[in-house]
Amino acid sequence: MSRLDIKTPSQTQAVVDQLYRNVEHRIASSPPGLCPIDMALNFLNLCHAQTCGKCVPCRIGLGQLSNMLQEVLDGQPDTRILHRIEETARTIVDTADCAIGINAAQLVLMGLQGFRDDYEEHILRHRCLGSLKNPVPCVALCPAGVDIPGYVALVHAGRYADAVRLIRKDNPFPTACAYICEHPCEARCRRRMVDDAVNIRALKRYAVDQAGEVPQPACAPATGKKIAVIGGGPGGLSAAYYLALMGHQVTVFEKRKSLGGMLRYGIPDYRFPRKLLDAEIASILSLGIEVRTSVNIGTDITFDQLKAEYDCLYLSIGAQTDKKAGIPGEDSQGVISAVELLRQIGDDNLPDFAGKQVVVIGGGNVAMDVTRSAIRLGASRVSCVYRRRKEDMTALPEEVEGAEAEGAELLTLQAPVRIESDGTGAAVALWTQPQIPGEMDQHGRPRPNVAQVPERRVPADIIIVAVGQGVETLGFEQSGIVIQRGGTVLAGSDTRLPDLEGVFAGGDCVSGPATVIRAIAAGKAAAANIDEYLGFHHEIATDVQVPPPRFSDLKPRGRVNTTERDAGERKRDFACIECGLTAEEADQESSRCLRCDHFGYGVFKGGRTEKW
Amino acid sequence: MVNAVIDNRPVSVEAGTSILDAASAAGIHIPHLCYLKDINEIAACRMCAVEVEGTERLVTACDNEVLEGMVIRTNSPRVRRARRTNLRLLLSQHDTSCTTCIRSGNCELQKISADLNIHYQPYEVRPERSVVDLEAPLVREAGKCIKCMRCVQICDKVQDMHIWEVAGTGSRTTVDVSFNRLLKNTECTYCGQCVTHCPTGALTARDDTNRVFDALADPEITTVIQVAPAVRTAWAESLGLDPALATTGRMVAALRQVGFDYVFDTNFTADLTIMEEGSEFLERFTHRDQYRWPMFTSCCPGWVRFLKGQFPAWTDHLSTAKSPQQMFGAIAKSYFAEKIGVDPHKMCVISVMPCISKKAERELPTMRDACGDPDVDVVLTTRELSRLLRSEHILPQDLPEENFDSPLGSGSGAAVIFGATGGVMDAALRSAYYLVTGKNPDPDAFTAVRGIQPWKEAAFTIPGAGEVRVAVVSGLGNTRRLMEALEKDQVSYDFVEVMACPGGCAGGGGQPIHEGMELAGARGDRLWQLDAASGIRFSHENPDIQVLYRDYLGQPLGERSHHLLHTDHTAWQLPTAPDAANN
Repeated sequence: MSRLDIKTPSQTQAVVDQLYRNVEHRIASSPPGLCPIDMALNFLNLCHAQTCGKCVPCRIGLGQLSNMLQEVLDGQPDTRILHRIEETARTIVDTADCAIGINAAQLVLMGLQGFRDDYEEHILRHRCLGSLKNPVPCVALCPAGVDIPGYVALVHAGRYADAVRLIRKDNPFPTACAYICEHPCEARCRRRMVDDAVNIRALKRYAVDQAGEVPQPACAPATGKKIAVIGGGPGGLSAAYYLALMGHQVTVFEKRKSLGGMLRYGIPDYRFPRKLLDAEIASILSLGIEVRTSVNIGTDITFDQLKAEYDCLYLSIGAQTDKKAGIPGEDSQGVISAVELLRQIGDDNLPDFAGKQVVVIGGGNVAMDVTRSAIRLGASRVSCVYRRRKEDMTALPEEVEGAEAEGAELLTLQAPVRIESDGTGAAVALWTQPQIPGEMDQHGRPRPNVAQVPERRVPADIIIVAVGQGVETLGFEQSGIVIQRGGTVLAGSDTRLPDLEGVFAGGDCVSGPATVIRAIAAGKAAAANIDEYLGFHHEIATDVQVPPPRFSDLKPRGRVNTTERDAGERKRDFACIECGLTAEEADQESSRCLRCDHFGYGVFKGGRTEKW
Repeated sequence: MVNAVIDNRPVSVEAGTSILDAASAAGIHIPHLCYLKDINEIAACRMCAVEVEGTERLVTACDNEVLEGMVIRTNSPRVRRARRTNLRLLLSQHDTSCTTCIRSGNCELQKISADLNIHYQPYEVRPERSVVDLEAPLVREAGKCIKCMRCVQICDKVQDMHIWEVAGTGSRTTVDVSFNRLLKNTECTYCGQCVTHCPTGALTARDDTNRVFDALADPEITTVIQVAPAVRTAWAESLGLDPALATTGRMVAALRQVGFDYVFDTNFTADLTIMEEGSEFLERFTHRDQYRWPMFTSCCPGWVRFLKGQFPAWTDHLSTAKSPQQMFGAIAKSYFAEKIGVDPHKMCVISVMPCISKKAERELPTMRDACGDPDVDVVLTTRELSRLLRSEHILPQDLPEENFDSPLGSGSGAAVIFGATGGVMDAALRSAYYLVTGKNPDPDAFTAVRGIQPWKEAAFTIPGAGEVRVAVVSGLGNTRRLMEALEKDQVSYDFVEVMACPGGCAGGGGQPIHEGMELAGARGDRLWQLDAASGIRFSHENPDIQVLYRDYLGQPLGERSHHLLHTDHTAWQLPTAPDAANN
């Protein structure tokens, strides 16, 4: 026996580690709609296998919890078992010696509260409330329900125009989404069980780049109904698009000079080239949609006038006002809001930041957009000040990475305290208070707490505040529109407004600042419900036939990631930073799709929604 | 065309052909359980898995196409091993009490187990718990369900009723009534198409044969049995009888041997239905502005339930005439009971129907017009009749042909075609023509309404009355499309015949079950042949019907008819369809 050994992993441990990685992938790609108790039970069994076996509550208690959950699932007809489960779990939390037992029992307690109605349904009626509403994970997670396996198969078959047509059935903005969608579809892609999610957005981009101009379908015969859409962003234009296809006469009212909303006034050129946006909007308008820009509802024309003049209204005004950081000195010269900066850029008024030190406050996607725009506007130094850690930023990781690569500095765990100005009132520095990560909040992010270190001075000529946006609801309340406490418009999931006949609303102005695809989905839902409200049932469909699936071998294979232009080069201009896939990459990546529309539950139910 | 090799045989098939169909065309049978052509091609049972050269895993044959150059082996050792393992897994959750199962001997699971030579079960057997509810005439035993999903698909795609749904998730996935309801609380039409397409005994019609045996054994009770038109084409299918011997006369002899006091024919009241419904149609047609159009037939209880549940605003379009089954019961317990001097309370009227919904129709509170008791006491399906004969050890091939009893045993050719789609319309037009003109039309003048097509339209001119626009539809999915077209004013008719089951009663949910075969067309053809060979081809020429009106009823639509033969379809409640938006 040697006195000490170097730790080397055994073959067994290596395989078990591989299993753990697979479990992670599997949980990440868990289909939506599963029975929560069944999942809790099986997770509990995993926890029980981890017990070291020393202490009673964990060694035996977790097993007894598992037995009781099994009884619930088998429909044991006595709700008293819930009390027994709760007492057992509480005792384990109170008396287990380490996190293995404590945390496992806490999960059971959380479930007892979180899905108590599921427990009761199993016990009292031997049934489960869970059901697979849409078995294709990507389609289920796309707010607009775009037929993703369908267009991926069309890309693989080289039928790019058909891919665009198929996307347009559910989303009139294939190009915008090809460039800037946050792709929630990829989160639970079943391919993750094998290796990694399919690069869905890149395939969509390949389709729109290759397809060129694809003519729009013909509109249904005119119905004679008039609809006003207030707000010409992606949501309003989506509603307008489908309503026009259904044969209604649509007029879009837009406050700014140009249509596009946040696609134009929020997302910089380098992420989504302006000329592509203009082409996509022109294509949508080719259906015969009337547009009135630079019209402010409330001053130029009142809401009530519109209501009298049109059969239906769709309110999609977005969340366009900036929120303040709320610190002293915010009114100093050189302090601007992110919304303001991006709006100027959208109207092609590029400010000159040459040689300036710029500080951005915030950690979201908009903060990254202004950070990277400031670099392109010539700033000598751009710092991004955020009060939490980098991993707590709400911006997409690739956006943060991209900004850093272009030379942005991240000053994390720095809470803005005040803005220092010189004698002329011009900002010269941002003072911050360093933070230390504290307890987790309900979203699982640690709260920043004041650290026992002195304040810090960050020199700045320009300070850009990017801490969120609000809805400009001034004037609407008088017309009977209900504004909620958070400042958003109250509307149902069917986009109807309570007690206001013929008025619908959706997108950021209802949900608060969210994503383009969610605004598009709201516009689509509004179009369907407005059509129905007007007494019609026009169906939106396409004649594009999806190629039959080919069985694949499921050999793990690397995901083709999207590439970007070199950071040193791209940071000097506003041209698109993302490179499209090559033909070879698109072919390989599209072949990775598992075709959940056919293999698995999709072949039985929900694999394809032909029309809506 | 694509070329492939299946089990060393070269095949050439059209592009898009499934491996299963391609093999079948080459004479190679690939076993399968869940597959139902065009309706359920979901590869759930995995019995049809085959080996395709160059593919790592096995491939299911029912839902994958033959591709150019494929080399396929349908019965290799690897395929056989996979099939046997998967079948044993299925059986480990199946209540394998074959000896007491209604489907024993006609069960795909039993057959495939025998074919694959399965005799031992290494797995622990734990069938799903079954709670059997006999309150509805359609019964599900979860322990026998193999989750093939055919019932869900038939109800969704063919009948468009969405009564069955996948319930639960994960390992507890099963089939149950949609929206967490009990079947008796739904608007289910009890058409029974899910039953005739179930591969096992999971879905059955409630068995009521013991009630018949009780009545037969009671010396106080006079038993009267009626047999629906479509039953005579199918009654012997599961008895192994030579089709040439499976005649109506031999069926009558068998029933007499069982011991029924009177063996009658629903054809008699089919003729009576024509007299009443035909007269009602003419009454409406000649007073057009007093009625809403079109008039609907009312003889199919599945259709009546469908209309009341799905399009309740149209209920008053139904003819008020009862169905032949219910007219029979009402006449048996009034006219006939009087005639033979029997207390109707001591009479048991039994029907044999190709239908499960007739069991529910019998139970309606509005179907007690003769003496206050239910006019019909027991309804048996064609399948129950076969079981009744087997349990009485009757060998029909040894029996002579016999005639129905008189007077409720006679029927015209126009009556026997009630069992085929278009038959009621054809029969009604024949007599309507006569009632208006006083002359018989050519009995084959209305052939445009015949045939197995799902939705038929025609227009006929009756001199003195004008042009009658008719439609005939069968299958509830087709019916929904017709109703929606009516709602949107896309179509306009005077008279519409609807049968809930595709092809009409010949393909009814109470008929014998034959895996993978749709026999409505062939059985319907037999009915049209019986009509053509019939001496009397007009309902109004049935002499016993003429006597019934002369001696008892008076006129069609008269006072007695109104009381005994017509009904108020709004006088009973049906659960309505749940609003999908609320679920």
